[in-house]
Amino acid sequence: MSLDEYRKREFKQVGTRVRRPDGVDKVTGRAMYGADATAPGMLIGRILRSPYPHARIKGIDTSAAEALKGVKAILTGADLPAQDDDFIRDVQDNCMARDKALYDGHGVAAVAAVDAATAKAALKLIKVDYEILPHVTDVDVAVKPGAPVVQQGRTLENVPAGMSENVTSHCEFGHGDPAAGFAKADKVIERHFRTAATHQGYIEPHAALASVTSDGKAELWCCTQGQFFVRTLCAAIMGMEASQLRVTASEIGGGFGGKTTVFIEPVALALSRKAGRPVKIVMTRDEVFRATGPTVHTSMDIKIGMTRDGSITAAEAHLRYSGGAFPCGTVDMGAQAAFAAYDLDNVRTYGWNVLTNRPKEAAYRAPGAPQSIYAVESVVDELCQHFGLDPLDVRLKNAAKKGTKSSYGPTFPDIGLTATLEAAKAHPHYAAPLSEGQGRGISCGFWFNFGGNSCVSLNVNTDGTIGVTEGNPDIGGSRASISLMAAEELGIDYDRVRTIVADTSSLGYNDVTDGSRVTFAVGLATIKAAREAIRVMRGRAAKIWGIDEDAVDWKDGAAVPAGPNAGKFPPMSLAEIAAVSFETGGPIAGHHEVNVDGAGVSFGVHIVDVEVDKETGATKVLRYTVFQDAGKAVHPSYVEGQMQGGAVQGIGWALNEEYIYGADGRLQNPGFLDYRVPVASDLPMIDTVILEIPNPGHPYGVRGVGETGIVPPLAALSNAVSRSAGIRLSELPMSPPRVLKALGAAG
Amino acid sequence: MVRVLLWGSLRQAADGQTEVEVEARNFKELLDRLAARYPGLEPQIRRGVSLSLDGVIYREAWFTEIRPDAEVVLMPYMTGG
Repeated sequence: MSLDEYRKREFKQVGTRVRRPDGVDKVTGRAMYGADATAPGMLIGRILRSPYPHARIKGIDTSAAEALKGVKAILTGADLPAQDDDFIRDVQDNCMARDKALYDGHGVAAVAAVDAATAKAALKLIKVDYEILPHVTDVDVAVKPGAPVVQQGRTLENVPAGMSENVTSHCEFGHGDPAAGFAKADKVIERHFRTAATHQGYIEPHAALASVTSDGKAELWCCTQGQFFVRTLCAAIMGMEASQLRVTASEIGGGFGGKTTVFIEPVALALSRKAGRPVKIVMTRDEVFRATGPTVHTSMDIKIGMTRDGSITAAEAHLRYSGGAFPCGTVDMGAQAAFAAYDLDNVRTYGWNVLTNRPKEAAYRAPGAPQSIYAVESVVDELCQHFGLDPLDVRLKNAAKKGTKSSYGPTFPDIGLTATLEAAKAHPHYAAPLSEGQGRGISCGFWFNFGGNSCVSLNVNTDGTIGVTEGNPDIGGSRASISLMAAEELGIDYDRVRTIVADTSSLGYNDVTDGSRVTFAVGLATIKAAREAIRVMRGRAAKIWGIDEDAVDWKDGAAVPAGPNAGKFPPMSLAEIAAVSFETGGPIAGHHEVNVDGAGVSFGVHIVDVEVDKETGATKVLRYTVFQDAGKAVHPSYVEGQMQGGAVQGIGWALNEEYIYGADGRLQNPGFLDYRVPVASDLPMIDTVILEIPNPGHPYGVRGVGETGIVPPLAALSNAVSRSAGIRLSELPMSPPRVLKALGAAG
Repeated sequence: MVRVLLWGSLRQAADGQTEVEVEARNFKELLDRLAARYPGLEPQIRRGVSLSLDGVIYREAWFTEIRPDAEVVLMPYMTGG
């Protein structure tokens, strides 16, 4: 489906800051999260995980564990069917190793027992015969010829010959002649950057309760961003038809992209099928860190040329991303996003995806973009410093705009980057004085945004209230936003609408809650479903009045005659029409199903002030302001929340968070004590400025907001630190030890 | 005829060209004919691609109409978090 034209209108509900319907349950602990699910006769499942980063599994002896009283089922990779499809096989093999353990924490066997203590004891009785293999956990080592090969035969046809077998795919984007462009520059800076893998750090660990009955039907309750995709993956792994598996999404305690796939769900299902009883698995935090989706870790080379007046003449990026032990495509998006904020005649990006003995990467807000844009924005900032130019002026001078041929190919339609930069330039934060030793950094950010498959059912209840059924777990307040859009279109109060998230048997397929898609795509489907219900209600009013349906309009939540020739009838409200619906033809509903495109790209600009303590290397964030184009902010508080959350996660990513691997290939910090996410005392209030430049692809002008906010912070912090400390680090995180080392090296 | 811009690493799979022309009225025809004319592109098309039409990115949408003068860019399949 193509664009749904935006039409300017005055909103009554959309744009207000109503209370979210799931709020009370969540703050009182009444909400049902993944680990809250129970079933009669439930067993507890636990997973045995490899202590080695790379090892051949020569044999697994489960006999002693099977003999333990209370053990009801044991599972290994051999119990799961061989898969033809590469994607499904990778998902399955990541859940349960088959021939090799590919990273520290890779599941190798699972147990279902009557209680947790028995399951834990059983794991200790399982004997795995490992042949330890050489490992590689660093992307720069993995690309070298002769590096240990993580998986053989996974290199795609697009990888040039002669590279390490760990390089699985290659991409290239851009236009013009970079060499000629660099020749025109007054200064060319080329730098090497590295970023650590980071974890999404959601509060709620993965949890699943599976129940497979003897007739082959199955139920699964789990914590996920997409119950329909879970069904697709699990049904394929279990060899079931999708209709035989019903998946219900629990409330979710954070996802950020990390709950867009499965880790324990197929294991719980397979154990349940074997045991003939429900099986529940809840990951420990150690398991979450060792065996679920961190980001890629990266190694990047950036080269940019600029004239002394601030014009960028050429730009080039070489990106090496590793998403762990399975092929991924994240570098493609990093390479496309790298220079998206700039109008460039000569630009080229090259990307390589690389295998390492680390857990399989999962998406994390704008996957691939924060890393490449960190590197690019750092070099742009260094060029500004070199020429003594204002960094916002330089970005305005080179900003992509309508008609710009983007660095990734398409010509931009209307975009909001210039307006966002101008808003940042005019904001008091940008002109506020800094004290000695403090530094201010800025950065642009970009994300594509997506739409996707969405189904919505909207039912008009006989009491005049509305039930909206949608299929996307609510992560950022989407139930409130969907209710607002339904209320707006119907012309009734927000409190008259209740939106629920359906299980997979109750609604057609819905894509995962990702890609900043839900408010845009599900919102569009909701508006269309409401319009369908309005059409039905206009018809009912027409019948009651004895006039043609075309002679009835819908205004302020009521049917009204369309002009004086239609007849003189008082408005008939939605509640009045609903009350007699049984007598006028039956229940009233509206449905809409769509695979929608036209989400519209999004830009953000972040300003941050910091102070680096040169004795400890600690960076204090003093002030932070986020500027972002939301299209239309359906619920401004939740848009602000997305912008603030992205900034906070980016601050953690920039200053402290990292996966640290020892020489033994084992993760050294699988817990929140040693993997340090920002806490309230680390942060100032994150100020926000929402720009509303309508997206022409949505009836209300909505575009996605969830991902762009995490893209600029890495570079904004790096640029601020460089001005505060007088040194420029080229590796993230800028943790105190790393800052001290750089200060020491600089003398 | 529709002119299609290919991302750079597909050049080798399309006889060294970064822009190719195919007769197509919609995305499905475009992808089918690209794969038929340039078999080297077929593995990537099978794995999944996105298409940009006049600057708007589409991930599926076989039957989206393409005007002959439209700007069409073949892109990797896009995902989010």
